[in-house]
Amino acid sequence: GGMLAVVVLLLLAAAGPGRAERDVLREELLLSPLPDGDVAATFQFRTRWDADLQRGSVSHYRLFPKALGRLVAALGVRELHLALTQGFWRTRVWGQPPLQAPAGAELWVWFQPTVTNVDKAWKELSNILSGIFCASLNFIDSTNTVTPTASFKPLGLANGTDHHLLRYAVLPREVVCTENLTPWKKLLPCGSKAGLAVLLKAERLFHSSYHSQAVHIRPICRDASCLAVSWELRQTLTVVFDTFSSGQGKKDWSLFKMFSRTLTDACPLASQSKVYVDISPKNKEKELLEVTPPPTSVHEATVQGDKRTYAVYDLLSPSLFNTSRSLNVQLKWKRPQDSSDLPTPVLHAQRYVSGYGLQTGEISTLIYNTHPYRAFPVILLETVPWYLRLYVHTLTIITKGKENKPSYIHYQPAQDRKRPHLLEMLIQLPANSVTKITIQFERALLKWTEYTPDPNHGFYVSSSVLSALVPSVIAMKDVDVEHSPLFTSLFPSSDGSSYFVRLYTEPLLVNLPTPDFSMPYNVICLTCTVVAVCYGSFYNLLTRTFHVEEPSRGGLAKRLANIIRKFRGVPPL
Amino acid sequence: MAAPLLLVVLVAVTVRAALYRSSLAAFISERVEVASPLNAWKRVVEALALLDLGVSPYSGAIFHETPLIIYLFHFLIEYAELVFMITDVLTAVALYLAIQDFNKVVFKKQKFLIELDRYAPDVAELIRTPMEMHYIPLKVALFYLLNPYTVMSCVAKSTCAINNTVIAFFILATIKGSTFLSAVFLALATYQSLYPLTLFAPALLYLLQRQFIPIKLKSKSFWLYTMQYAALYLCSLVVIICLSFFLLNSWDFIPSVYGFILSVPDLTPNIGLFWYFFAEMFEHFSLFFVCVFQINVFFYTIPLAIKLKEHPVFFMFVQIAIISIFKSYPTVGDIALYMAFLPVWSHLYRFLRNMFILSCVLIVCSLLFPVLWHLWIYAGSANSNFYYAITLTFNIGQILLISDYFYAFLRREYYLTHGLHLTRQDGTEAMLVLK
Repeated sequence: GGMLAVVVLLLLAAAGPGRAERDVLREELLLSPLPDGDVAATFQFRTRWDADLQRGSVSHYRLFPKALGRLVAALGVRELHLALTQGFWRTRVWGQPPLQAPAGAELWVWFQPTVTNVDKAWKELSNILSGIFCASLNFIDSTNTVTPTASFKPLGLANGTDHHLLRYAVLPREVVCTENLTPWKKLLPCGSKAGLAVLLKAERLFHSSYHSQAVHIRPICRDASCLAVSWELRQTLTVVFDTFSSGQGKKDWSLFKMFSRTLTDACPLASQSKVYVDISPKNKEKELLEVTPPPTSVHEATVQGDKRTYAVYDLLSPSLFNTSRSLNVQLKWKRPQDSSDLPTPVLHAQRYVSGYGLQTGEISTLIYNTHPYRAFPVILLETVPWYLRLYVHTLTIITKGKENKPSYIHYQPAQDRKRPHLLEMLIQLPANSVTKITIQFERALLKWTEYTPDPNHGFYVSSSVLSALVPSVIAMKDVDVEHSPLFTSLFPSSDGSSYFVRLYTEPLLVNLPTPDFSMPYNVICLTCTVVAVCYGSFYNLLTRTFHVEEPSRGGLAKRLANIIRKFRGVPPL
Repeated sequence: MAAPLLLVVLVAVTVRAALYRSSLAAFISERVEVASPLNAWKRVVEALALLDLGVSPYSGAIFHETPLIIYLFHFLIEYAELVFMITDVLTAVALYLAIQDFNKVVFKKQKFLIELDRYAPDVAELIRTPMEMHYIPLKVALFYLLNPYTVMSCVAKSTCAINNTVIAFFILATIKGSTFLSAVFLALATYQSLYPLTLFAPALLYLLQRQFIPIKLKSKSFWLYTMQYAALYLCSLVVIICLSFFLLNSWDFIPSVYGFILSVPDLTPNIGLFWYFFAEMFEHFSLFFVCVFQINVFFYTIPLAIKLKEHPVFFMFVQIAIISIFKSYPTVGDIALYMAFLPVWSHLYRFLRNMFILSCVLIVCSLLFPVLWHLWIYAGSANSNFYYAITLTFNIGQILLISDYFYAFLRREYYLTHGLHLTRQDGTEAMLVLK
């Protein structure tokens, strides 16, 4: 009886509707000390699933989270990128980011060509994601969604890119906190119980200068021949710990100091679990950084045009936990680092709003190309809300004192209360130059119900996006996604001579003129009074005619006076 | 009479040219009292820039003028200042010729009524003489050209000046008696800003009077002429709208121009009553009040037509004033047009009751507008209520000005037929009241 049950179960398991497809989890933590003493920690959890989500025939979810899998299948999503960020990555001081996201919430999605009503699918998607991640993504509507034509090309497999299938929205006012982190952690196969995710404790993660958590879903080639499609889910979390607030003023870091936790084991479901520490020597000298305990191996890679050396700790290797039960990676500086050798990144940008008063203003963007001899083009995408009315005839682009005409410009003007401005330009940046892009705007007066509860705080303008293929000095080899670290394989590299960079500028805060919110009744009454004055005067003049005044019998006062006079015996008035 | 007019024109052109070259030109162009979302020059330039980029100017919410303006300035963009000076001069000359003709008509009608003994015997001082009417056309041209409102409107290059020119030509054509030209210019004026539709009634009344067709509902010639005029007007309007369609190959301009004028989505402050009202309106009632405010412009036409059917030019003046006060995006350029007519009614001076206080109100409000705007928008020490209050006061001043002139006009008419020295039944001096 029991034997029979076991045999039946085995048969069922073997002949079930589609065997459970193979899914693979890799987790990785990259610790990079930043030039000014801060340290950046980037977690990446990558689940690769050899299943075809689009066919909708999948029913058994193992490592891939069911919530996201069902979403992709039901709404015809081809690529999804959602990032929730608090803080701003200071490119100038910290260098080029591995993966940057704008402040607030950013969502961009490519839909399958089979989706007929993309706007409807987009609305449903943002509402469902809002529920999954406890973020107010339901505020994404047509007033902050744009369809870029040149930026945000697909990062995964794509055949034909009709940009009408792309939607991009940013909510710059969105705040990231623990209630966004918890559902994000829940999507991980091991949760926060084993592996690298045990380090993700909210009270340390949010005590930082920069915190960005993202979810990227895209289809990739299953193997080199690319005959079948696999789905990849990457969950990335980047956090920058500040020397002074978290580091107590000292530049020595350790896992315990950063996360108040140490690593005890790898996630049992992961096929690879590694910690990389960037120990690249600056200026071709000997290493400045000493790591303890000694790493399992040393890995060299060319990342973003730079040769870098990494100390690798493989959590799955049995030798790591021999000496102690827990792994606490410690970084010590061998000698004090001068602040003078801060390397400037090749491409960085800055944006600010200028002007005074509440009527007009000007948005200025400065883009710096610090490469000594190579020029390269950059695509700038600006999304400005409709209540800042841009005047594209005031757009000026000046490089080195001369006008710089963009080779491609796509401008979609805003419609009041319906869609924002979209400005996309392809600008050539000459070597070693600063390009200044300015555009003037007018501030609109909104209806009193359209202001936020704190109207004098101002309105946010989302970050503009710069996408560029930055030329690299060192030739980069083609990256084999399966065998190289995760942090090298997010962006596809077209050729070895340049690498793809997406930068975001600062979000802007702009004040609008406000009406007096306490006055609706008063205003309605006063304005209607003025209209009534006109109506009344005209009514009198139109319906009445002139008459000679008849002597009246007198008013009430006169009659009373006459009565009193009669009593007195005096003649009446 | 040509020499003084030429002198006035030269002075006006000099003033405008001087202001164009000064630093005040940029300051005046930015003023919300002079440039509204409908007629700002900045938006015309923006529309031409959008056309250069291959985007329809009506795809956004930035441009709300008609396609013919784009067409006009596509070729004349370099001579824009000259164009606006010429439009001002053309308006003044058109008004001059129109009022000259009108004075002749008034004098002829007066003579006719005196011969028919329609006037009371003691109204000699109310009868107008050619001597006193001689300088009125020049004064009208002067009032228009040297009015600070007109000068500011011209320096800001607001397309309101073009609208004024078209209306001035319409008035000239009507007073000269040309049905066809009157219909064409009225269609152009309606095409540009929709509200001159109400000027159809006074024009019709004047032309009927000129053709000696009695205004009786049973009269066949009355209906024939009305149909003729209406058909000419509607056909020209349709032709102009179709021409605009072929200019940009789309009907996009209709919601952008007329939809915008009627639904008032842009709440940029101006000297009118709409902006703050709709900024503070409860959403639920927004549509209702938009309809009420728009009907308010149109519904004075029929009662005024009934009351003033013998005096269509005064009717036209009152109608233009009502349009300027109650339109959705008024500017000082619109006010300048009806103020140019005030010298025509200068003989009503003795019957005006509140002239001093009204002129003080208007002058003080005009001076306070930029002050309170600066305090609200730049200094931050006032709020929107200050500017709104001046808007209310300014509009009340204008409304009382027009009703004062209306009162004086009706009173003079009464005196003309009943005599100037009125006595009561017991022989004492009588007072005149409206009952």
